Amino acid sequence: MQNSTPATQSIRSSLSNLLWTLVRYREAGISIFILLLVFVVTLRAPSFLTMDNFNDILLNISILAIVALAQTMVLITHGIDLSVSAVIGLVGMMVAFVVKQNPEMPVILAVLLGMTLGAVLGSFNGLIITRGNVPPIIATLGTLSIYRGLVFFYSQGTWINSFELPKNFKMLSKGTPLGLPNMVIIAILVALAVYYFLNHTRTGRDIYAVGTNPDAAPFAGIRKERIIFLVYVLSGLMAGLAAVLWISRFESAQTNTGAGFELQTVAASVVGGVSTAGGVGTVPGVLLGALLLGIIQNSLTLIRISPFWQLAAQGLLILIAVISDKWILSRVERTKK
Amino acid sequence: MSTHTVSESNLINEYAPKRSFLAFFQRWEWMLVGLILVDVFINMRLTPYFLDARNLSRTSSDFMEIGLMMLPMVFIIITGNIDLSVASNMGMSASFMGLLHNMGVNIWVAAGAALLLGTLGGMLNGYLVSKVKLPALVVTLGTYAFYRGLAYGFLGDQAARGYPEAFTYFGQGKVFQTLIPFSVALFLFLAVIFGLVLHRTTFGRYLFSIGNNENATNYSGIPVAKIKFIIYTLSGFMASLAGLILAARFGSTRPDNGTGLELAVITAAVLGGVDINGGKGSMLGAGLSLLLIGLMRFGMGLMNIQGQVQGIAIGMLLILSILIPSVVRSISATGKNINWRSAISALAFLLIFILFFVFFFWSRAAVIASV
Amino acid sequence: MTEYILELKNMTKRFSGVEVLHEVCFSLRPGEVHALLGENGAGKSTLVKVMTGVHQPDKGEIYLDGKFVSFADTRESRQMGIAAIYQELSLFPDLDVAENIFVGRQPLAAGGRIDWRKLYADAGNLLESLGVRLDLKQKARSLSIAQQQMVEIARAFSINARILIMDEPTSSLTLNEVADLFRLVRRLREEGTAIVFISHRLEELFELADRVTIMRDGSYVDTRLLKDVTRDDLIRLMVGRTITDLFPKQDVKSGEVVLKVENLARAGSFRDVSFELRQGEILGMAGLVGAGRTNVARAIFGVEPATAGKIQIAGREVAITSPQQAIKLGLAYVPEDRQLHGLIPAMPITSNISLPTLFKYAQRGWLQDKVERKATYDAALQMEVRANNIWQMARELSGGNQQKIVLAKWLSTKPRILILDEPTRGIDVGTKAAVHALMSKLASEGMAILMISSELPEILGMSDRVLVMREGHITAHFSRAEATQEKIISAATQAVTSGSV
Repeated sequence: MQNSTPATQSIRSSLSNLLWTLVRYREAGISIFILLLVFVVTLRAPSFLTMDNFNDILLNISILAIVALAQTMVLITHGIDLSVSAVIGLVGMMVAFVVKQNPEMPVILAVLLGMTLGAVLGSFNGLIITRGNVPPIIATLGTLSIYRGLVFFYSQGTWINSFELPKNFKMLSKGTPLGLPNMVIIAILVALAVYYFLNHTRTGRDIYAVGTNPDAAPFAGIRKERIIFLVYVLSGLMAGLAAVLWISRFESAQTNTGAGFELQTVAASVVGGVSTAGGVGTVPGVLLGALLLGIIQNSLTLIRISPFWQLAAQGLLILIAVISDKWILSRVERTKK
Repeated sequence: MSTHTVSESNLINEYAPKRSFLAFFQRWEWMLVGLILVDVFINMRLTPYFLDARNLSRTSSDFMEIGLMMLPMVFIIITGNIDLSVASNMGMSASFMGLLHNMGVNIWVAAGAALLLGTLGGMLNGYLVSKVKLPALVVTLGTYAFYRGLAYGFLGDQAARGYPEAFTYFGQGKVFQTLIPFSVALFLFLAVIFGLVLHRTTFGRYLFSIGNNENATNYSGIPVAKIKFIIYTLSGFMASLAGLILAARFGSTRPDNGTGLELAVITAAVLGGVDINGGKGSMLGAGLSLLLIGLMRFGMGLMNIQGQVQGIAIGMLLILSILIPSVVRSISATGKNINWRSAISALAFLLIFILFFVFFFWSRAAVIASV
Repeated sequence: MTEYILELKNMTKRFSGVEVLHEVCFSLRPGEVHALLGENGAGKSTLVKVMTGVHQPDKGEIYLDGKFVSFADTRESRQMGIAAIYQELSLFPDLDVAENIFVGRQPLAAGGRIDWRKLYADAGNLLESLGVRLDLKQKARSLSIAQQQMVEIARAFSINARILIMDEPTSSLTLNEVADLFRLVRRLREEGTAIVFISHRLEELFELADRVTIMRDGSYVDTRLLKDVTRDDLIRLMVGRTITDLFPKQDVKSGEVVLKVENLARAGSFRDVSFELRQGEILGMAGLVGAGRTNVARAIFGVEPATAGKIQIAGREVAITSPQQAIKLGLAYVPEDRQLHGLIPAMPITSNISLPTLFKYAQRGWLQDKVERKATYDAALQMEVRANNIWQMARELSGGNQQKIVLAKWLSTKPRILILDEPTRGIDVGTKAAVHALMSKLASEGMAILMISSELPEILGMSDRVLVMREGHITAHFSRAEATQEKIISAATQAVTSGSV
């Protein structure tokens, strides 16, 4: 930093700098928390720190990470996409039907199909939000129940079971030709792509700009509506990808596939430092948020706490995350020059 | 929307001019009444069982948990906030009661403790929203998971059952030998009270003014934080009350009771004309919309349409209820000149959605046929 | 070809039926600084936004280099070489300083990725040429208002525009910063850039501008060469009449001290604020935007309570932590931002007026509609509010009538101490005179009034005493006789010369 500080700079402002650093590098805070957690859990259950277990955690959070990144882009624009879970359900079911009918179909086609279908569903959200001026929470609450309803309508309440899906499709998520499970690699690639997009392209930066000050966007020549439309399409697209991975991993498509997942994605984002007020959020933060949720889930099982308490722990974690954020921010405000 | 011109030459009038006949019927409540009539008419044509009193009586109690949670939710949404945790709180309270019951505690003591826990849950939300000043969406998302998690923690995968009959009366009984279920009577009674509070008291006025402009309300010396705390506490209390009614209706409690109901509650309120951005809404509208949703679901149920598929209609209704007025407004604001670029993009979208549904039916037909 | 680089002809613009620009004409030569002058609400800012494509005119043509053009958004006007600093600060709080300068048009490297290195280098050079020292990676959220204004200016300069529009760029800058800015503007003018300049400080216009166009109530009045006009001419053209009758403050014998503030401070916004306010007195508070005046008022009123210092009301020490408490102690606060803090625009006049006193119109919480209606009607009538009826929504009224409603609302609480924050901003001349007359009358009845104002004539005309604030503390204190425009400006804008810790 090229800050040439005058001699008069007080302790107060250096405290302020420290706190700002904490706000700016939110990732540091979560990392510390994760390390502490790992330490404590390992003391109780040494099997936690094994490669197998680590693989297991990564596999478990890959889908969450992909959809949480999509949710993050929406949250940055001060929106929310509650329909992602139903998109996963619907796209998953449709892709499963198609794959079942065409077992010889190349797997990559199934992936592309899923992403396309997801993007269409996302663009429907985007359209009613930007063109119809329906608040995002209402629009996606509505499509959440529409898309979920379509799953039932589509499948007539039937399921697609493991034996109905071809082997190569099931291996899409679990195969390890590159050492790590494919799904983990896909999640890493998605994270890199989103990172590049958000930090190194104008459109990506416009997403932040629209979120942090929507009224000023037109002054800077940013087409607000296009950006907002885009994030919902991307959210649908990534949920579509997640849907294909989901049915490949769990080897079935059920009518309630993905139910409740929307709130988990918001949770991972918020724990990862994304602000629901818009404008704030980073890819590493969200990945750490997803990782933290994954580790908690995993470690509760390992240290033999009933899995039934898991959800409570998740909720508590969200609350702790936002409360500590607020506390730090209020400190910053107080010490601001 | 009509723009009033201020006649700067006149001094102000004390009384509003008589509202025109048309303006009176433009109220959203009439729209809901119309939709209810249309729904009743269609259902009567389609199924003969629709107007069966016994059926209606049984089905009406299915919606009372939603109704009870909707009442404080209307307050909360009118102030521009939201409570996503109601259904989880309901599950938590009911499970807590179940846990105590399983441990052999007297059912009334258990019910009282459950009400207390639910109210405390509401207070926690209220404290975090009003005092710590965290966004309501995030707070109640956190407690949504937390309270549901506690419900699972209390009961695990067990169910609590064997409630005494005196207790199940609150979910299954009828009042005064009529066909009106107790829960419905309770809801109607409370709805009237909530409605009066909203529309006829200073407290209700403060709710509207917070929703329209929280800052200005605060500047006017209204205890905004206290009011928010009160309505979240109320929401917690009503959610646990709904939990008890649900347990009484089922005669048992499972920790996943009521999962997802928060969305039904919010849908009912918003469809009833309560503005999700705060500041507008009426208890009558919310009540009518609950009736509409109930009748629609009941009718569709009689036609053997699955609950989840019914969600398509409810979701569409929710979106359209906001979309149509807003599109009409924007068309009347921009005038009649059609913009070619937007017309083309509209056609493109239409095409995409048509293609989607062609694929939807085509891919489905093959499998359904093979089953 | 024409001699003008930009010409606007017969610009008309309506917002929801209300005409804010009426057949306005404006022309700009290359290499000139052309001032736009007019009262608040005269339509200057709207005209600027029409020039840059933020708004599209309902009628009228824009010619650039003699060719007809129309802008769908600011992107298009920017491509044609038009850059602007808007009056409302339009930074992106969560983006850093450098990115705020280039947002929407970040320099690109090969492959379409943003060239961050070039972006930071360019931003650094630009700020250096403006004489500004800022941490390029600091988030805009944490900047002071003056720093934010400098970033806005840097953003407009970074475009290398042929036409640069500046809507009140100096409203919160200190004298040194203004001097730096003017040096740059002159250099650009020599390079042939055409500059549109809006400022309320007339002396700035005389210092910088070549021509001036005057607007009044959304209409074009006249265009003059600045060397041919006097200050009084400009004021007359702007107001449309002579302004001698504007400030009717009567002399009132000041009474007891009712409000005494000692070493009041709030971390991050102001410090060491001490003053006394007496019955029947109007105490003016002058200073730049962002000097902390509003924060002092908010602290006294309990919205953002003070973190140190003492407040005494009628000789009794009090700790005010909420507006409720302040109201009970006999304080009333007419805030700076009517739409945000003063009114509830989407509610009727009657509900707006009754809000702080609603409990009076209720029995055990149940509202007595008739009592409320009668009382608010009387209050509105007394303030001579012009509206169809008291059920009309506050947002449908003109600025002046809205302010009357806010005043009616607060006077109905029967305050002993009235704090007025920019009481006449954005309202018409007629209402302005009415507000001043009301203040004078209230003072003569013994009310103590603290008036924050950025309009020097108002400060000088209405105040019995004047306080000046700069950068969060009081820098001067004048009696009515001592106060002059020059003294106040210098106390308000002198850059800090000695470090103070």
